[in-house]
Amino acid sequence: MSGLSLHQRLENNIGLLIFGILFVTAIGGLVQVLPSLFQESLSTPGINTRVYTPLELTGRDIYIREGCSTCHSQQIRPLVAEVERYGSYSRAEEFVYDRPFLWGSKRTGPDLHRIGGKYSDEWHRLHLLNPRSVVPNSIMPAYPWLANNHANQTNDIVEKLTGLQSLGHPYTQDDIDNAETDLKNKTEMDALIAYLQKLGTSYPQGELSWLILYSQGICL
Amino acid sequence: MSKFASPGTHEVYHDRVVKILVMFSIFWALLGMIAGVYAAAELVWPALNLENPWLSFGRLRTLHTNVVIFGFGVSALMGTAYYSVQRTSHVPLFAPKLAWFTCWAWQIAILLGGISLLAGFNTSKEYAELEWPFDIAITLVWVCFAIVFFGTIATRRIREIYISNWFYGGLIIVIAMLHIVNNLAIPVTLTKSYSLYAGAQDAIVQWWYGHNAVGFLLTGGFLGMMYYFLPKQAERPIWSYRLSIVAFWAFAYSYIWAGPHHLHFNAVPEWVQNLGMLMSLVLLAPSWASMINGIMTVSTAWEKLRTDPALKFIVLALAFYGLATFEGPMMAIKTVNIISHFTDWTVGHVHSGALGWNALITFGTFYYLIPRLVGAPLYSVALANLHFWLALAGTMLYVVAMWGAGVSQGVLWLSLDELGELRYTFTEIMQAMYPYYLLRFIAGLVFLIGAALMAFNLWKTIAGRHTVTVHPPQVTEAYA
Repeated sequence: MSGLSLHQRLENNIGLLIFGILFVTAIGGLVQVLPSLFQESLSTPGINTRVYTPLELTGRDIYIREGCSTCHSQQIRPLVAEVERYGSYSRAEEFVYDRPFLWGSKRTGPDLHRIGGKYSDEWHRLHLLNPRSVVPNSIMPAYPWLANNHANQTNDIVEKLTGLQSLGHPYTQDDIDNAETDLKNKTEMDALIAYLQKLGTSYPQGELSWLILYSQGICL
Repeated sequence: MSKFASPGTHEVYHDRVVKILVMFSIFWALLGMIAGVYAAAELVWPALNLENPWLSFGRLRTLHTNVVIFGFGVSALMGTAYYSVQRTSHVPLFAPKLAWFTCWAWQIAILLGGISLLAGFNTSKEYAELEWPFDIAITLVWVCFAIVFFGTIATRRIREIYISNWFYGGLIIVIAMLHIVNNLAIPVTLTKSYSLYAGAQDAIVQWWYGHNAVGFLLTGGFLGMMYYFLPKQAERPIWSYRLSIVAFWAFAYSYIWAGPHHLHFNAVPEWVQNLGMLMSLVLLAPSWASMINGIMTVSTAWEKLRTDPALKFIVLALAFYGLATFEGPMMAIKTVNIISHFTDWTVGHVHSGALGWNALITFGTFYYLIPRLVGAPLYSVALANLHFWLALAGTMLYVVAMWGAGVSQGVLWLSLDELGELRYTFTEIMQAMYPYYLLRFIAGLVFLIGAALMAFNLWKTIAGRHTVTVHPPQVTEAYA
């Protein structure tokens, strides 16, 4: 059976076949994904990019828990209409402390990347308690339980900051020691609002001139 | 070739584990679709969220996708892989006890995992939402799945490894690779972890996973199902075996590059986006090669479609597979993606694949499999035919509703007046989605009713019957 072609051997040998599949599927990942993991511009914070405070981080984890990213993106594309609607387009440097990223894939509701500072805390409170009280035809669920839960009810903020510190987030020992104080007398609602108000504020606004403008035909 | 010895008469195929996996798969299909239909209703009548965290849309949608992909989909793939690998190797399952372990451990993981998602333990990485203890459990079960599957092939009595096993094998290997790399994280408590990757890098890794979970599980895995069950049901050999092999390697090579089309115009390097777009277009060729191969296999057996509901499901599934794998590359073109990204068009695209391809080919396979497993005819062919039309109607309505919603969103969001100002507010556009969302809810309900009819039909076929005992046949010298 020495006349077997390479492919006949693959068809007859499960070890070779497994190796072949691994080899062929690894190429794409090695060429396309791996270089990005070592590209410094994707992991270098901008001048204004800072880590989340313990309260904001708690709010972010509530955002994750409730699946907010199911309906809200956090990624403004460099398109005229999108920048007009939501604000300056999103840069990689703004997300370097986001674990995981929360760009989302669907806008059942509007993008939230530049929501910070657009509405008052009170507006957010009313909106989260009953979205239809401020946006009459909203289809968003209400989140009344956030107002009843203590922000530190899971009692894990120190572990969280320590974990993030080990991944290279520049938290100081002071930050970690004071983390529980930051959450004192705060509800989950306060934490989520603190997070929303922080969103997208790490980049100076009004950068329209930087836009990569796509032709009007494409942008409709 | 003494290694390919003839089977002893005491050997039997392990088919009971297949039957149990099929039954669990149907159970998860119903549960996952109920969650989906309820979530669809919430978008029409938001009061249905009932101000209850466990029922709120963000958590329920996550439950829906996980239960249908990993409960319904993977149970079906595991069951059909165990069934077909024995028959294409002419040998009983390797390590049958381990096969039973994979069956039960998987069901327990889905049950507990589903509950954990409703409880809010969620990493938020799409289709990889389960927290780290589940990620480890899934990896262990998956390794056992690999041992049973590849062990069976290693002890086979047929010299050549049949093409369906390549696709199932690709599923096992590549999903293991993707799952492990994408879920690397630092656990901070039992229920919370932080991804090893951050920001844009996390996005690139996640969509390398996310798109290829679709690629190697929902496409590759189910192509394995197609390459075994379509020729069996049509009683014709694969039209071109050579084409199936070429398509396999082209598919395995090119799919893995396509992920970044989920990140067009996002904050990731442009060369990554462009390469993702290019390879998505290339992917059309191997995708259609398998579709054409499947359709041509049936081409001398069209008359069977009049009488055989199982074959009807499989052939219709191939048509939707062709549609979805054409639509996908089109949506990956950056100029089209400007319109389609973030809209319901994507949801429609996913469902033309998930309902039209994955669910229909699985239903067809179950209609083929269950009567053979219990040695009795299908309880009602008429009910199966009714199911066929409900499934077709449900899928079509769903896709049309989401096209309407998605294209409207995409165009209206970007619409500017003559002064360059936005023409519509976000809320105005959202309100305009009401009829489409209502239609989508109805479409989902129609599809769910069809699936419930199948569950009833197959239950009546199974009830009170034992699994048939099947011995591996003698292998002729020429194939050993």
